[in-house]
Amino acid sequence: MPVISYREAINQALAEELERDPNVVLMGEEVGQFDGAYKVTEGLLARFGPRRVMDTPISEAGFIGAGIGASMLGIRPVMELMFWSFYSVAFDQVLNNAANVRYMSGGLINVPIVIRGPANGGTNVGATHSHTPENVCAAHPGVKVVCPATAYDAKGLLKSAIRDNDPVFFMENTILYNEKGEVPAEEYLIPLGSADVKRQGTDLTIVAYGRAVINSLKAAELLEAEHDLSVEVVDLRSIRPLDEETVLASVRKTHRVLLVEENKPFCGVGAQLSYIIQSKAFDDLDAPIKRVSAIDAPAIYSKPLEDEQLPNPQRIRNAALAML
Amino acid sequence: MPFNFSKKSATADDKSTASKDFDGAGGAAVSKSAQAAINVKLTAEQKIEFYRTMLRIRRFEERCLRSYQQERKIGGFLHLYIGQEAVAVGCCSVMQETDHVITAYRDHGHAIAVGMPLNPLMAELYGKVTGCSKGKGGSMHFFDPSRRYWGGHGIVGGQVPLGAGLAFALKYKGVKGAALTFLGDGAVNQGAVHEAYNLAALWDLPVVFIIENNGYSMGTSQARSSAGDLAKRAEGYNMAWGVCDGHDFYEVREATEKFLALAREKSKPSILEIKTYRYRGHSVSDPDKTYRDKAEIEEYRRTKDPIQLFQNTLVAEHILNDTLIEKIDAEAKEEAENSAAFADASPYPTLEDITKDVYWEEDNPSQKKSQGRIFFD
Repeated sequence: MPVISYREAINQALAEELERDPNVVLMGEEVGQFDGAYKVTEGLLARFGPRRVMDTPISEAGFIGAGIGASMLGIRPVMELMFWSFYSVAFDQVLNNAANVRYMSGGLINVPIVIRGPANGGTNVGATHSHTPENVCAAHPGVKVVCPATAYDAKGLLKSAIRDNDPVFFMENTILYNEKGEVPAEEYLIPLGSADVKRQGTDLTIVAYGRAVINSLKAAELLEAEHDLSVEVVDLRSIRPLDEETVLASVRKTHRVLLVEENKPFCGVGAQLSYIIQSKAFDDLDAPIKRVSAIDAPAIYSKPLEDEQLPNPQRIRNAALAML
Repeated sequence: MPFNFSKKSATADDKSTASKDFDGAGGAAVSKSAQAAINVKLTAEQKIEFYRTMLRIRRFEERCLRSYQQERKIGGFLHLYIGQEAVAVGCCSVMQETDHVITAYRDHGHAIAVGMPLNPLMAELYGKVTGCSKGKGGSMHFFDPSRRYWGGHGIVGGQVPLGAGLAFALKYKGVKGAALTFLGDGAVNQGAVHEAYNLAALWDLPVVFIIENNGYSMGTSQARSSAGDLAKRAEGYNMAWGVCDGHDFYEVREATEKFLALAREKSKPSILEIKTYRYRGHSVSDPDKTYRDKAEIEEYRRTKDPIQLFQNTLVAEHILNDTLIEKIDAEAKEEAENSAAFADASPYPTLEDITKDVYWEEDNPSQKKSQGRIFFD
């Protein structure tokens, strides 16, 4: 099976969907002539031309709003946010218009738009460019939120996102762009809302998404090597729709659950997961639910401290050990 | 005897003479746009229908106000269009089958102008399941894609990038059509509006931005909220622009057609500012006393009422007479009354309905892998 990077996997998904459906259009800042700020869209302008791959001005509210309007007429725009942090200047378009139009029209209008780009900290750029708004976005019924951790997932999920008839917010990670993984040459889709057990185990369940999955897998290896513990890692892959069943099945198997996210803890995804687990699997729990998240402050610039602010394998291992 | 629209009591039962309250009502309002090609070709029947549509908007909204204030059947916001009817009806009257329209929250007039029937509109205001959005949208969120009417949007200026997007879709698909994108004078200072202007000009999108300038962004007059001329800002984006009188139905048609043609034929955007006036408050809760004189409102009612002026024109053109005017008005009032009865008799949505229409896939489980509804195919 071919081994390609997370970046290449996304690029392939975009190219395949552009090829398949003439209604798919890519738009964003520097996606064309510049080949993408993070080279995710590299080569697509050359291959598909400026009608399909459009550079936009720095004007997120304008071009995302235009994408929403175009999607109401059946275009399938895939909009790149250079950083998901920039969603805040388009907030009204992203979470008032895209999220609400279908509902407010009584189901008459669909908004099949994808907004994608990196949403992560850990890159030494300070608070304004380190937002991880999956919880904020997922709090809005009407949108779907996807956070892939691997190249394989990124490709299969993005293809599904582009074919979805509702707005899908696809949150990537610049630190993962160079991470490689096996990706089949033949076409595949991964449905939105299906979690994936990335590692089987019996002593403890870790639930994570995005890059936190990679760090949780590293922590699981440490726990096995150092303490002979068997840790299961569940990758949510999509925050909304949320695959409760896979999470609950794992909790029923291991009876202990640690929630890991790179986001801030307050009103975070882990808070919602904790509620679901305690309300639906309370009797299966042998220990209180614990979580590891970013330390609750705006993203710090200083690199050594930023590395500690975010969950890392050591922090995850230590939290797991405290539960066992 | 022509009806007098200038009376402040909204009851059209009042049969007082026009000459008393309506200067110039007796004389024919001669529009310089009457001889424009787009107007010359109108038949008498078409003119009567446009007159009727304006009147239906007014009678509908007067009925809405009664439902809201006296019967308390409507709640929330209710932004009335009364006084501005010639704008929506005039603009939409020159739309072709490939043209689309989107507007802000003062959207009842546009909905009726594109042909939405009154019953589902009133039912929507009543929050009933028979409403045009099944009671999920409310006054500010009317939609009818079958009539190429894309809402009905509540946030000031938020719909303007969407309008540019409608135009983008038309251009992308090679459809010779245009997107009429309405906004109010209060929206012109929103960033999203300027972002949409820039994109429209940069990408040569077939959109006409129509600023319905009623003089007040809520309770703040244009002089207190906007620097410079509103439409002239188009020059900064190399867009065509124009200003017209929104009380003059023929002029609205002539101006709109000119810019729509520019969009359809040359794929060029433009800004058309239409000067109009609302008689009612910004919304129902607006006491309407802090920011403008009653005398100002009365003056507009007396001399500028768009329905009265068009009525005068059609009387002078020997298209309308007293009998016909009476008949059209009686029908409009009856239709509005019937819509209230329809809304009243309709059921509310159920608790189960709350979670429907959120996700397409959940509403269409059997078609999970299909591509949804795609236009132009």
